[in-house]
Amino acid sequence: METSGVNLKEPPAMSTGGLPDPDHRPWPWWPPARPAPVAPRPPSSDASYGRQVDPGALDVRHGVVLYLDNISVSFDGFLALNALSLAIDAGELRCVIGPNGAGKTTMMDVITGKTRPDAGSAFFGQTIDLTRLSEAQIAHAGIGRKFQKPTIFESHSAFENLELAMKADKRVRRTLFARLSSEEGDRIAATLDRIGLAASAGRLAGLLSHGQKQWLEIGMLLMQEPKLLLLDEPVAGMSDAETERTAELFVSLAGEHSLVVVEHDMAFIASIARKVTVLHEGSVLAEGALEVVQNDPRVIEVYLGR
Amino acid sequence: MIFARLYGPKGWIALACAAAIVFGVFPVLNLVVPPDNPFHMSAFGVQLGGKIMCYMIVAIAMDLVWGYAGILSLGHGLFFALGGYAFGMYLMRQIGADGQYRVDMPDFMVFLDWKAFPWQWWNSDSFLWAAFLVVAVPGLLAFVFGYFAFRSRVKGVYFSIITQALTYAAMLLFFRNATGFGGNNGFTDFKRILGIPIATPEMRMALFALTGATVIATLLLGRFLVTSKFGRVLAAIRDAEARVMFCGYDTLWYKLFVWTLSAVLCGIAGALYVPQVGIINPSEMSPANSIEIAIWAAVGGRGTLVGPVIGAGLVNGAKSVFTNAFPEYWLYVLGLLFILVTLFLPNGVVGLVKRWRRAA
Repeated sequence: METSGVNLKEPPAMSTGGLPDPDHRPWPWWPPARPAPVAPRPPSSDASYGRQVDPGALDVRHGVVLYLDNISVSFDGFLALNALSLAIDAGELRCVIGPNGAGKTTMMDVITGKTRPDAGSAFFGQTIDLTRLSEAQIAHAGIGRKFQKPTIFESHSAFENLELAMKADKRVRRTLFARLSSEEGDRIAATLDRIGLAASAGRLAGLLSHGQKQWLEIGMLLMQEPKLLLLDEPVAGMSDAETERTAELFVSLAGEHSLVVVEHDMAFIASIARKVTVLHEGSVLAEGALEVVQNDPRVIEVYLGR
Repeated sequence: MIFARLYGPKGWIALACAAAIVFGVFPVLNLVVPPDNPFHMSAFGVQLGGKIMCYMIVAIAMDLVWGYAGILSLGHGLFFALGGYAFGMYLMRQIGADGQYRVDMPDFMVFLDWKAFPWQWWNSDSFLWAAFLVVAVPGLLAFVFGYFAFRSRVKGVYFSIITQALTYAAMLLFFRNATGFGGNNGFTDFKRILGIPIATPEMRMALFALTGATVIATLLLGRFLVTSKFGRVLAAIRDAEARVMFCGYDTLWYKLFVWTLSAVLCGIAGALYVPQVGIINPSEMSPANSIEIAIWAAVGGRGTLVGPVIGAGLVNGAKSVFTNAFPEYWLYVLGLLFILVTLFLPNGVVGLVKRWRRAA
């Protein structure tokens, strides 16, 4: 006889109160229900207790805009990047130099999502994992890249180039009926002024000089309001006067944006550099002020040794 | 205003003149002027004009994808033919029991001894359903094909070759009787649309005018697209797609939108073509037809919209003259034309006119 009060049978199922089971799926392949949105926590006054994480927004509270940690990339056995680690501070103007094949362009490719690293992590601010985003998403998150060869829209005017680059809703539906507001027009004009193309606003970009094309491309990057600008040999092929103006432009941009400049022209580097990183065979060889780096025996060995 | 954005005053006047000719001069010459008058426009002339205007719509559709987005399709004839077949099914049902066999079924089905309509013919006696299919079938095919092609970043000559293969495969499919669309004979011998006899001068002229209205509407739609920011993004994709992506645009959806729209426009053109020409068969899907579409756009001038309209008119006008006078030489002429235009007129007829104006 069951006299004891202990029920040895399985415990009664928890009643769902007649509500449909939230995990119910009509078929096995049916996607599981999305979790209900969690209400945002009220801002905490106690900074040590739980920090606010706003996914997608750049978090530079630790003063660092870009972390590369132990990044390795190999192409058919050739190690283009070998456990590269690098940190760029917010608002910093950093120059990256190194002999051909040192991995400068591959590093840019990893940051912009064009190349996936075989190992290592790349973080934009504290929270955005670059290795998990597409190229378009990375551009949207706030990383702008200037290529070696100026790539601009040759059959559009300088003004239209900036218009297309401007931060806006870039989905097809919006773009079909988009109209330029007066503030947007002002922003384009201000950028044209900054890059010294105010007088050439209506000119076809394909007809601009080489230096002007480079500036236009930098202007296009600026229109996207990037937090981090990657510039691959920005003064290659420029005249001395153009190089000088570019240096002025970069120095004025630092602080507002973080800049990473890859360049071979040492005179140009000397005119803008505060901190220089030397890459060699896919990893950092030396880092510091230009004079320090230039006198580093290992750097001299790499550049002049063989 | 939107009108000022689309065309300047001269452009609107030119468009109004074209409309006056299509809706005023041609109908009067055809319906009012007696047949013995030298100015009379024959039924053949109306049919030829209507046919060429259908090609003009296709040429505009081609220019949107090739001239603006830089996507060279060598399979646009497929979308044209699908629109034609979709509407042709309805026209076949409108024959009713007036066919050779006096049965309320298309002749080829009776000949093949089919007892019931295959599933493709569901609801094919409904005009609205046919109109829906004209848009939906080419649109859906283009969307699915384009989605996979553009997502895999298939571009340039590879994309062109795949589109060519697609239309060729479809042609082989439609040649089969079992596909259910009349095999190599296709559809012909149409009698009515909406119960109205098709072979009367009035009906022919109505179709002609409807086609003309569609050409103008397509031109204005195309103009709206290419003068919008969307159009500037398209041209930017053509010139430097990687840069457009780095600017934060997902180019897949831009290309897919214009590609699908272009296919739908071709489908509509095909649906207008079939009742006027009176036949649709799988040869419309032959690769040569699709290549010819690209030639119209190249001759007129890519990336101008009005150029391909002129190109379609010129090439097809020349074709109807040549195939009458020296039928065996037409393909040589076409090939020569393409070479000459590529070598000496990279911007087509419109480019030539622009160059003259600048010189003057």
